[in-house]
Amino acid sequence: SAALHVDLCKATNSTDALQYLLQFARKPVEAESVEGVVRILLEHYYKETDTSVRLKIASLLGLLSKTQGFRPDCIVDDIINTLCNEKSHQVLAQLLDTLLVVGTELPDSPAVRQRLVQVSCKHLSDTYFGVRNKCLQLLGCVGTWKDTLGLLRDVQSIISDYFGDQDPRVRTAALKAMACRLLSDDYEQVRSAAVQMVWVLSQLYPESIVPIPSSNEEIRLVDDAFGKISHMVSDGSWMVRVQAAKTLGSMLQVSPHFLEQTLDKKLMSDLRRKRTAHERAKELFASGEFSSGRKWADDAPKEKLDTNTVNLIASGACGAFVHGLEDEMFEVRIAAVEALCQLARSSPTFAEKCLDFLVDMFNDEIEEVRLQSIHVLRQISTHITLREDQLDTVLAVLEDSSRDIREALHELLCYTNVSTKECIQLALLELLKNLNKYPTDRNSVWKCLKFLGSRHPTLVLPLVPELLSTHPYFDTPEPDMDDPAYIAVLVLVFNAAKSCPTMPALFSDHTFRHYAYLRDSLSHLVPPLRLPGRKQVLGLDPVDSGSASGSVESAQLFLQQSLNRISTIQNLEAPGAQDLLNFTIRDVQRLGHLQTQLSGAADFCATYLRCQLLLMKALQEKLWNMAVPLCLKQNVTATAAARQILEETYKLEFLYGGLENRQIATIHHVRLQAKALQLILSARTRQGLDPLISSCEKFLQEIEAFQRSFLTELPHLHDSFVDKLLELKPRISACSSVELVKILQTTLRQSGLLQLRLPEQIHRATATIIEPTGESDNPLRFTSGLVVALDIDATLEHVQDPQNTVKVQVLYPDGQSHVIHPKPGDFRKPGADRHRLITQVYLSHTAWTEPSQIEVRLLLSYSSASSSLSSSKHLGWSDSSDGLQSPEAVVEGTIPFSKPVKVFIMPKPARR
Amino acid sequence: MPEIKVTPLGAGQDVGRSCILVSIGGKNIMLDCGMHMGYNDDRRFPDFSYITQNGRLTEFLDCVIISHFHLDHCGALPYMSEMVGYDGPIYMTHPTKAICPILLEDFRKITVDKKGETNFFTSQMIKDCMKKVIPLNLHQTVQVDDELEIKAYYAGHVLGAAMVHIKVGSESVVYTGDYNMTPDRHLGAAWIDKCRPDILISESTYATTIRDSKRCRERDFLKKVHESIERGGKVLIPVFALGRAQELCILLETFWERMNLKAPIYFSTGLTEKANHYYKLFITWTNQKIRKTFVQRNMFEFKHIKAFDRSYADNPGPMVVFATPGMLHAGQSLQIFKKWAGNEKNMVIMPGYCVQGTIGHKILNGQRKLEMEGRATLDVKLQVEYMSFSAHADAKGIMQLIRMAEPRNMLLVHGEAVKMEFLKGKIEQEFSINCYMPANGETTTVTTNPSVPVDISLNLLKREMALGGPLPDPKKPRTMHGTLIMKENSLKLVSSEQALKELGLNEHQLRFTCRVQLQDPHSDPDTLHRIYTHLKSVLKGYTIQHLPDGTVMVESIVIKVSSSAEDPNTKVLLLSWSYQDEDLGSFLSNLLKKGLPSGLC
Repeated sequence: SAALHVDLCKATNSTDALQYLLQFARKPVEAESVEGVVRILLEHYYKETDTSVRLKIASLLGLLSKTQGFRPDCIVDDIINTLCNEKSHQVLAQLLDTLLVVGTELPDSPAVRQRLVQVSCKHLSDTYFGVRNKCLQLLGCVGTWKDTLGLLRDVQSIISDYFGDQDPRVRTAALKAMACRLLSDDYEQVRSAAVQMVWVLSQLYPESIVPIPSSNEEIRLVDDAFGKISHMVSDGSWMVRVQAAKTLGSMLQVSPHFLEQTLDKKLMSDLRRKRTAHERAKELFASGEFSSGRKWADDAPKEKLDTNTVNLIASGACGAFVHGLEDEMFEVRIAAVEALCQLARSSPTFAEKCLDFLVDMFNDEIEEVRLQSIHVLRQISTHITLREDQLDTVLAVLEDSSRDIREALHELLCYTNVSTKECIQLALLELLKNLNKYPTDRNSVWKCLKFLGSRHPTLVLPLVPELLSTHPYFDTPEPDMDDPAYIAVLVLVFNAAKSCPTMPALFSDHTFRHYAYLRDSLSHLVPPLRLPGRKQVLGLDPVDSGSASGSVESAQLFLQQSLNRISTIQNLEAPGAQDLLNFTIRDVQRLGHLQTQLSGAADFCATYLRCQLLLMKALQEKLWNMAVPLCLKQNVTATAAARQILEETYKLEFLYGGLENRQIATIHHVRLQAKALQLILSARTRQGLDPLISSCEKFLQEIEAFQRSFLTELPHLHDSFVDKLLELKPRISACSSVELVKILQTTLRQSGLLQLRLPEQIHRATATIIEPTGESDNPLRFTSGLVVALDIDATLEHVQDPQNTVKVQVLYPDGQSHVIHPKPGDFRKPGADRHRLITQVYLSHTAWTEPSQIEVRLLLSYSSASSSLSSSKHLGWSDSSDGLQSPEAVVEGTIPFSKPVKVFIMPKPARR
Repeated sequence: MPEIKVTPLGAGQDVGRSCILVSIGGKNIMLDCGMHMGYNDDRRFPDFSYITQNGRLTEFLDCVIISHFHLDHCGALPYMSEMVGYDGPIYMTHPTKAICPILLEDFRKITVDKKGETNFFTSQMIKDCMKKVIPLNLHQTVQVDDELEIKAYYAGHVLGAAMVHIKVGSESVVYTGDYNMTPDRHLGAAWIDKCRPDILISESTYATTIRDSKRCRERDFLKKVHESIERGGKVLIPVFALGRAQELCILLETFWERMNLKAPIYFSTGLTEKANHYYKLFITWTNQKIRKTFVQRNMFEFKHIKAFDRSYADNPGPMVVFATPGMLHAGQSLQIFKKWAGNEKNMVIMPGYCVQGTIGHKILNGQRKLEMEGRATLDVKLQVEYMSFSAHADAKGIMQLIRMAEPRNMLLVHGEAVKMEFLKGKIEQEFSINCYMPANGETTTVTTNPSVPVDISLNLLKREMALGGPLPDPKKPRTMHGTLIMKENSLKLVSSEQALKELGLNEHQLRFTCRVQLQDPHSDPDTLHRIYTHLKSVLKGYTIQHLPDGTVMVESIVIKVSSSAEDPNTKVLLLSWSYQDEDLGSFLSNLLKKGLPSGLC
């Protein structure tokens, strides 16, 4: 210290002094001499005029007060004194920082704390943001200690005053000081809110740098917040734990270093480092020794740990997820699993790391958690490759008795990458076992093997002889073609063979025959193969995937061109228009069959065009030229056409997903045309004016409703039926109903074809009933008057809100039909845009003399009220008061959207 | 200063015979009353002579609290209450009260009937002892007497294990008993609110261990069993009747359910059946899953687990058998082991620790040839597996509990001294609180700083209000005048008049008088007048009177002037004020000592 004094005295200018100070900072100072050094520094400080030197001295003071064994309370007064005289803002901020250090070193002295609070309150009114910032930090830090009761409230109110500061940096500091303090509040709601607050802050200013109190390091705010929230995962209240775990999942900006800490848990036993079971499994695998018998003490602790390095209180993010996943409440565990998923999706390395933990969760006691972790693993499976031992654990779950779990696992296996051929073999073996135990899983298992095969062709290749049990010299017996297990193996092999041209060489003769059979019977599972000596039917199968991907675009182009061609039709009565429409419909439908990605769009186009065609035909009937009494017969066909168009428009509107407002407007336009047609026809046939007047009024209302709800789309409907009607609107509303019919008739015949513009994606809602299969010849016998439960298993695709729209219809041979609304719980969602309905319907009937078939199908119910509401939502509720349609205009109906399945039943008369 | 004294009679730097004496706020409490498994002589019970050399303990103890039913926590209870003599209340939770006598009776049978010891407690004594027990509910505050209250918290560990919060006035102690911070298949995790006790007395069995996740171990266990069953082998799991056995049963039962397995699981009868019955009853004490599903199905009503009969051991086909005792040293588990040892398809899983010398210990160490009694040898061909299922908090768990409760001091018991030393260092470092680890018979004293409640009379408060000033704020201290009366254990703050009246005392006036010498050439009345004008200018807002009898009165302070005998210029001022006006009086005397300003007329 004496040397320093000499040096400082020698220093003539400020740069020299600064140099000396910098040198001094590198040397260690003993606790006894600290006070002396501080005095010397302060002395020099008072004399110094240069701010940079003063700044350095101030920071040195802070460093010195951290020295072990030195009580800095003696220098508090000095620092506060200098604070009062200081003019430079930077130095002020640094001095406050020094005080912060002093404050943390002296947690048990209320007097010092009191003074610090006073000082910081005083400087809160400083003009420089840095000073205000430091003050708030100081307040937050000092106020954190308990038993400052009187102070506490003041501190809170002071800090909250600065929430409205004009400088965002100050606002951040204020919020942070507050939130971090509240994380240790006594009440769970407060802690929960604080977690949220910290999270919001971290999202607002993720990159700002914050200092860690009691050390010199600085870290990003988002990392700091992550650490703090991780800490809350071991909170006393489970509500807070859930909240914290959930919050962690959304902090994607956190740095990988912190992220990986969350899975870190150092084990020890009697102060010796121990490896976790995960690490041991990994080593075992690496050493090539698989599935060793567990020995007594094979987890015996190895090296001795230094007691000082063991950190018992998880600092920061350490082990947050380890805790979360082991939590008592399943809500916390689910939240933790979800958070893991979100974080892992954005970081492949983390995904790799959390794999072991997720696999462990497959063994949770609550099914929901197990299911969730399987789903999560599926979502992150693109990032990972399963090791053999991990796969083994995963596959063990295949024997679970819950169907949901098994199917989720099949789904997972579809997306899994494995590394060795042993893995494939293992997976196949387990899947076959599963098939054996639960035959109902057949479809799911086959599908799973399809993906497994197409994902790992090279791994399957060496297994083929064994799988097909072929032998180089001997002919082996031909396996039973109806054996689901054999089909499963074939599905795996064929799908692998698709991208592995050498594989078919290994097939035996019957394999080729079986291929042909399966290709026909299970075409969705067996891909087209280029087999030697077998001709490809050109154009039927898009054989190689290369041309298939290219053809999507060309098909799209073709579709567009077809539609463009249609638009050349000037009006509905143009010659040759009908033929053109006919051909286009045929083309488009065929295209839909060939190109599955476009089938929705193609179907949509075809249906639309068919409507137009029907309309055209109806209008071209000769009936318009005939006298009314002569054309009754033709009238009937035209009426039927009108009704069919109406039906088709509802299908168009509700069966297809992904429609934009414009398409809906087009559909409504067709509907309007159909209604006009209906009106004209009824005017011609029916006598009497009264019903005509009322239906005319109704039609006018509908035109208005159309105009209201598709105001924004009207410019696109140029030269269409509606456009023309709207032009004539003043005349229409004034004229009589007979005149109106005449006007309608001419406009309808003159109006052009409205061109259909396709949106990005159209999906047709489809449903397939997997069970009952309709193949059974054994009737389901039951006593009449009682009920029998029929299990229904169906997959639904592209159905929005199936809980409310999907219904099951049962048609009895006598024409009776029942519509059953399944429970919301019967719908599961295995994937995006996919639903699965597993339910039971109850059948009952009076006694029959012999068994007969009933039909079961799925219906999609709709209501036009819901659609018009949603379309008026698009318009922003501009005229919400009268935008609602009158109740009579609401049309409700159902569209059958699955193939009917026949079930053989036999109600027997009750025995007396 | 008030203090809390803690003296472990057992479990101080040791595991076994837990018995801790706590003196808090004049109350004496015994926490646990266990026995030591390692001794068969007098050392097996705590040394109750520490409390009193002769006679009964009743007058020295206010209550006894038992944390859970393990014998090292309750084994000495009948001995203490019936043989040494104690008639006061004994507190334990409902499940503990139900299961404790079964274990005690079993213990008695083994000691007396099998080992033939005399001078041991009898069945009747156990019954008499249990009559003194008062059951506790979770989170229920029980008033032992007017001042002492206790409250139980959930501790995990075994069914009915509890932590107790003991409170006298504002002083409090928390005793954890044994606890577990990680939930298992049938019990939840320990939980306590932020009660900030003066001392937290915690067990520290695993003070130097941080454990791996439970899930790995469970998965391993299930996989082993499953594989063996699929091979058609038989699995033997030697267990002790209570605690882990139930956990493993639940684990296997749910696994069987999930995996749709058909192989039978047997549980050897006897003690266990009775215990299972209690597990069924005390659903509220189990974990979330069992609590939530018991309406549909009580998890302890095992579907796949059936009672074992000796003849079943020879049945063909796979099976799983739980048999007692846990270390394979005798009884049914040993018999079954002998039958199955020869087949390499079979497996034995040791779920816990085995004492040296037992067969369990030998086979765990890889011995493949065992010498049985009568020179016969037994070839051990079956697979031997070890799984550790333990329900104590590890070091991290202990720290977590400290963080939850935020105690002011920490005291470690129920662990080994070396391990405690490590944990003690860590606790002091992380939480900067004092940590103690007394040995048996060593007393730890902790001074406390309790707040003392005082009754205040309404009149006094009203008077204080009438004086004005800022409105009272509950969070800020405020000074007021009053008299504190301590009478028969109660404290009262009343106005002084009332205090005088209540105590029957006369009021005494206390007046201070003071002489101040002043150099002033004027005559006495003039000086007095000058003083009057001076004070008038200085003390604004006070009533100052110049009385005709030659005095100046400032409030109640009297000022008189007299000339000194020797020097007429030296005036002597006589000030006199009552005790109540002390502030003003001393101010005036200081003021007048400075003399009068010259500018006065």
